[in-house]
Order: sequence, then C-alpha cells, then structure tokens
Amino acid sequence: MTCGETFEAYALRAIGIGERLLPQTDFTLCQQFVLIGSGMVWNLYFAVLALSFGFFLAAAVAVARTSHNPLIRKPAEWFVFLFRGSPLFIQFFFAYYLFVLLPREGIDINLGFVEITADTRWLTRAWAGALIVLVLNTAAYSAEIFYGALNSVPKGDVEAADAYGISGWTRFRRIVWPTALRLAWPAYTNEAIFLFHATTLVFFSGFPTRGQQGDALYYANYFADKTFNPFVPYPILAGYFILGTLAIIWGFGRINRHLNRHLPQAVRQPIRFRPNYIR
Amino acid sequence: MNRLLTATAALAVLAGSALAQDTIRMGTEGAYPPYNFINDAGEIDGFERELGDEMCARAGLTCEWVTNDWDSIIPNLVSGNYDTIIAGMSITDERDEVIDFTQAYMPPDPSTYVGLAGTEIDPTTAVIAAQTGTIQAAHIAAIGGALMEFPTPDDTIAAVRNGEADAVLADSDYLAPIVEASGGELDYVAPDVMLGGGIGMGVRESDTELKATFDAVITEMKEDGTLNPMIVKWFGEDAQVWE
Amino acid sequence: MFEFCTDPTALPDWQWMACYLTTGKHMAFYNAFGTVLLLLAITAPAALALGLAGATAARGRLWPVRAIGRVYISIVRGVPDIAFFLFFVIALDQGFEWLRHQALCPDWDQPIRQGSDFLVCPEAKLPLTTAPEAVHQAYGFFLAVISYAIVFGAFTANVLYGAMNTVPRAQMETAEAYGMTPRQAFWRVMFPQMWVYALPGLSNVWMILIKATPLLFLLGVSDIVYWARELGGAKVAQFSDYPHPDWRAWYFLFLLVFYLAFTAVSERIFARLTRRLSRGQATVAGEALRKGAA
Repeated sequence: MTCGETFEAYALRAIGIGERLLPQTDFTLCQQFVLIGSGMVWNLYFAVLALSFGFFLAAAVAVARTSHNPLIRKPAEWFVFLFRGSPLFIQFFFAYYLFVLLPREGIDINLGFVEITADTRWLTRAWAGALIVLVLNTAAYSAEIFYGALNSVPKGDVEAADAYGISGWTRFRRIVWPTALRLAWPAYTNEAIFLFHATTLVFFSGFPTRGQQGDALYYANYFADKTFNPFVPYPILAGYFILGTLAIIWGFGRINRHLNRHLPQAVRQPIRFRPNYIR
Repeated sequence: MNRLLTATAALAVLAGSALAQDTIRMGTEGAYPPYNFINDAGEIDGFERELGDEMCARAGLTCEWVTNDWDSIIPNLVSGNYDTIIAGMSITDERDEVIDFTQAYMPPDPSTYVGLAGTEIDPTTAVIAAQTGTIQAAHIAAIGGALMEFPTPDDTIAAVRNGEADAVLADSDYLAPIVEASGGELDYVAPDVMLGGGIGMGVRESDTELKATFDAVITEMKEDGTLNPMIVKWFGEDAQVWE
Repeated sequence: MFEFCTDPTALPDWQWMACYLTTGKHMAFYNAFGTVLLLLAITAPAALALGLAGATAARGRLWPVRAIGRVYISIVRGVPDIAFFLFFVIALDQGFEWLRHQALCPDWDQPIRQGSDFLVCPEAKLPLTTAPEAVHQAYGFFLAVISYAIVFGAFTANVLYGAMNTVPRAQMETAEAYGMTPRQAFWRVMFPQMWVYALPGLSNVWMILIKATPLLFLLGVSDIVYWARELGGAKVAQFSDYPHPDWRAWYFLFLLVFYLAFTAVSERIFARLTRRLSRGQATVAGEALRKGAA
C-alpha cells in the first residue's frame, strides 16, 4: 500500500469512512500519521464546539456571579464550584452512568395538547454526551476567569463611563466587558488549550468507542499497543497537538491584539549592549 | 518512604546459590483475577504470584513484585524497569518480535461471550463489548461485528448489565467467576472462540540466561506435578491442565 | 484491623463495613491521599519557579534567551499531559541512565540498543536493581514531579508573562522617570504588582494541576483514582473476603467530595490572597476594598 492509498483508506476512518479493518501488520509511518491525524477530527470537533458553546455560557455565569441577587449568584457559584472542583474523568464517569440509566425507549413528554417522545439514546454516544460534559466543564473554568477579570477592571474606566453618562447595559457592553475580556484573554487562551488537550480523555477514560472510531489518542494507543514502541505514535500525536495548540495561540493572539489595539504598545528599544568593562 | 509503597512485597530467599544476590523484578498488572490481582491486604496475589514465588524459590532468585499499567508493560520491560512480565500475557507472534517468552505455564484459554441469561446472540451482528486493545477487541473488529471498546473490564460487564451491549467477549478465566457470582443474571450466549496462545512469562530478548533459568523451572514444575494442582486451585476443576 | 474481622461473612452490616473499610487495600487507598498531597506540595513551587524563569526568559532582552523561553512555553503547552506522560517519562529515564552509563562505564563494549532492548551497564541503572523497592518508588515519584513541573511550568510561565504585560504601563514609565534601572523597575514595581493580575490564571492552573493527578498511575505511582477504581470494581467471593458488586460510583462519589473539599480550601486561600494583593491596586476590586474600609 502506498502512502497515497493509505491516505484514501484511512484519512476519514475516525468517522467511519474508508477501510473497515485497521492495519494489522507491517505498520508504516505513513499509516500512523494518517490514522492519528484522522482521529484529530474528533479532538477538533469536541474542542471547537465546546469552546463556542462554553464561551457564552461562561459569560452568562460570570455575570451572574457578580449579581447582588443571591438567587442568581448562588446557582452560578455552585455550578462553577462543582465543575471546576472535580476531575474531568469523574464528570465523564457520572455523566455516562446517568445517561445509560435513562430509559432506552425515550422519555414521553406530555405537553397537554401533544405528546412528544424525547429520544435519549444519543446521550450515551460520545459525540453528544461527552460534548455536554466538556461544554459544562469549560464554561465553569472560563466563568471563573471572566469573573476574576470583571473584578480587575480599572476603576478609572468605570468612573470615566459614569462621567460620560454611560450606564447599565451599555456601560457593561461598551466598557466593562471589553476590558474584562482583554484582561482575561491570556488566561482564557490557557483554558482553551487545556480544553483542547482534555478532549483526549473522552475515549481514554470516559465514553466507549464504537467500531474503532476514536480520537487521536485512541489510534496512537492502538499503534503503541501493536508495535510496542511508544516513541513513534505518541510524538506524532504530540506533533499534531502542538500544531493545533499553535493554531489556538495564533488565533487567540490575533484576537488579543484586536482587544488591545487601543493601548500604547510597549516601545521596544533597540538593544544597546554596553559592556561595563570598558571604563 | 514506606508509606509510598503501593502493592509490592519482597520475598527474600536465603538460598546458598551464587545467584542469591540477584534481585529479579517481576512486572505484573494487578488487575486480572485470578491471574494477578491486589488482595484485601493490598498485596499482589493470584495464580501468578504463587507460581512466580515458587519459580524464584526454585531458581534461588530474590524476586520483587511491581505493578505496571498494561498499556506500557512491554515498553517498560525493554527499557529495563523490571526484568520479567508475568501478567497473564498470551504468547503471540507480534509480542514475540519485541520480547522473548518462556515456554507456556498455562494452556491456551478460550474466550467466551457473556450476556444476559436467556438471550442468544450472533457475534457478527450483535453489539459486543470488549476492553480496548485486547485480542478480543481485535477479533470482533476482524469478523466485522459491532464493537464497543471500554477502558476497563469492569465497564464491559456494566455495559452488558445496563443493556448498552448485547454481550461481552473476554477470557473465560476472567468471566467464569463473574458469571458464577451473578446468581443467574449472566450466562454464556454464544459458542467459545479460541484466540490467544498459551500464557508465558515475558523477558527481554537479550536476557537469554534468565529465560533459560525460568524455562528449566517450568519444565521441572510440569514434570514433578506441582503446576497442575496450582492451576486447579486458582482456576477450578474445569480448567485446562497440562497432560 | 479489628479482632472480629477474622470471618467477615458472618458479621452484621456495620461490623462488616468497619472491617471492609480497614483492609490493607483501603489503607493503601488512604495513604495514596498523602502521596497526592505530597506531589502537589513539591510540584507547585517547582512549577512556579520554572514558570517565573520561563516568563522572564520570554521577556528577555537577548534574543537567544527570549527564543528559549518562548519555545519552552509554546512547545510544552502544546502537548496534552497524557501524551507527554506516555512517552516522555520513559525517554527521561533512559536519558538519565544513558548519561550515567557514559560517566560510569567508559569501558563497556556492548551496544546500548540491542533490537528493542535498552541496556546500560548495571552500575548505571537508575535506581540500581539491588535497591530496595522504596527507592524505586521514590525515583518514580521524582520522575513524576519533574514531568508535572515541566508541563505546568509552561502554563504558569504563560500566565505570568501575560500578567507582566498587564501591569499598567504608566507605572513602569514612572519607575523609569524616577531613574530606576530596568532591573530595579522589574523587582520593585512590576514584580509586586503582577500577582494580582496573575492570580486568576494561576488559580486555574492550580485547579487543573490538582485534577491531573489521576495520570500518576501512568508513571507507576498508584494514586487515589487507581485505588478507587481497584477497590470499587466488582469483587467475587473467590478472591476477596468482602465480595461486592460494582461499587465504583460510591468510590468516585467519595473522590468527588474530596476534590470538591480540596478545591473549596484552595479557593478560600486564593480569595484571601486576591484580597490581600488587591489592596491599594487601581482596580474595581481594589476600589471596593478602599470603600469598604472607609
């Protein structure tokens, strides 16, 4: 099998397209690159969707935490505490544990005029169940970051807004939130990377894989298990993740520059190296 | 530092042999009863513990037991973190390319399908649960069945109980006690399949001397009739024994 | 543990439970909490030190220093900790042994790599094969600390790097105007102030570090999650005096409580620190403190 054929056979194996049987003998570097790369589809899927949904949920929770009304503040605090305070694998365990308990034939919801059946079976599938857990998890961590940032907004900014007669929602939207986001951004970048990495846990200690359709770590593990040589598949996996992480850093860096564009940039002085020994 | 000790026990053998000072580190998984498991006291126990201790005593070696994660059990052997693998490991051609095996101390063990009692399944169409990376998982993939892979063996049993999977495929030695303890809830639902070879002890390819030592001891134990009673003790009267 | 534990099958429930929860295996489980706390206690300052070094390097004035700092931060941050632990630790161990081999056995004539085997001379083995098991455990623990410190040092470096850049620029300008050298300005103005900006990020890194400890088992150190899994799995009467069905949910519930409690304590400490560090800062929180005092 040439590398081109391998690519055709396995490039989309992780989502069930292509050759059904995984390579069994004579493992080539090309197979490892292609299959582990194919598994990255799942890591990207989980990371992108969890971050997108999680961002808005986190923003809402962070604002709720600053509320003076305990009925709004307390639930937000408990949510953050629960999901930030427990390891992801325990969250996966209990989520899966609960999802399989749901009735297989679906839940009948009686709306009075019409009865609908909510299908719950897909919740035990990783694409839905694990995604829900990841969204809640990242929302809790991000909410904490945003909450910290909301408290670090320079008081001068808020006073200036008041002086201009900007208040309420407008003040939040135009002044407080952009500044908070700017302050939170480096930490939020970290969180995005952590979440991206945490997607490797979905099949490693969370949900079952079906039909050998797994994420990048699943395939890396497969090769390490077959070749008994961890020094090839795991560095390949690491390479893919470094690329992904660099993409996140680059993308988030662009946004960061955008958020900071109005600030005076640090003026880099040309390095003047003046050794002291010539007196 | 003693508090950090996990599940290890040293067995000092005061033999007069020249090999007496040699310490052999025995690597096992500690999660695969009856082969090897952690007992109530937190020590490594099981068929292989008893067998290994007996073999070390006969060879005049000091043996020390260590547990290692199954996934990295071979890489850590070739890297020299311990000297043998005695962990219910089937002798396969793939493994034999990387490490060496002593002769088998356990005859080949069939794999069985276990599901809810009263059902019958067709392995090529039913949803079969197996542990990730096992020969059973590879078998289901090869026959084109609907394979569900779980990280731990406990998860595979749970999947059968809660109906996520129709059956679990695993070694009969592992499943038999579970079926027995289930009180009629679980039963065998399809004919057995023969997958692995016999079970032997893994050593580094460069460790020819150690391999020869253990090979000789296993032959001795097969011949003087001490191995078979040990197998029956741990695996029951129905277990396969040596002729 | 208790005298009545000799025959657990004949015991009433509460005694059975008392015996069950004090088996040697459970003791190992309880000890594992100590192991995890010890690991955290050593790793946290190590990661903080590495992070500080990384962040200052990344802001360095000489380009090679800057390059080293930035490469460290972006490469190590890029690798998921699981993948890192699955190959890096064996490589690290082999690296140490190779160095010792070069130093201790100059006359060794056999190749170190024979097929897939990695063979150094017996004197170079780390730890020595003859060393007691406790030394092996300690060495494994040591490798774990190094690995965790390297991984989490990179994340700490990134947080501190961001915090240093967030300290209001005017303050650094003022410091310069007062005639401080860059070094003085760093230590007297930036260093004391950056922590309040770094704290939310640092607390997140800490929370993630706490939750990364289940990976310890990949390094051969048995941690609480390993034991919880091991104890919770279904046991049959043949191999245990205390047969029970799959109880993992209960053990994980216990771990959940432990982690939540640990988080709660950590949060209180971080809240105190934030309060302490916000004092006199020109931020909303600092302003609130000032108003509260007035």
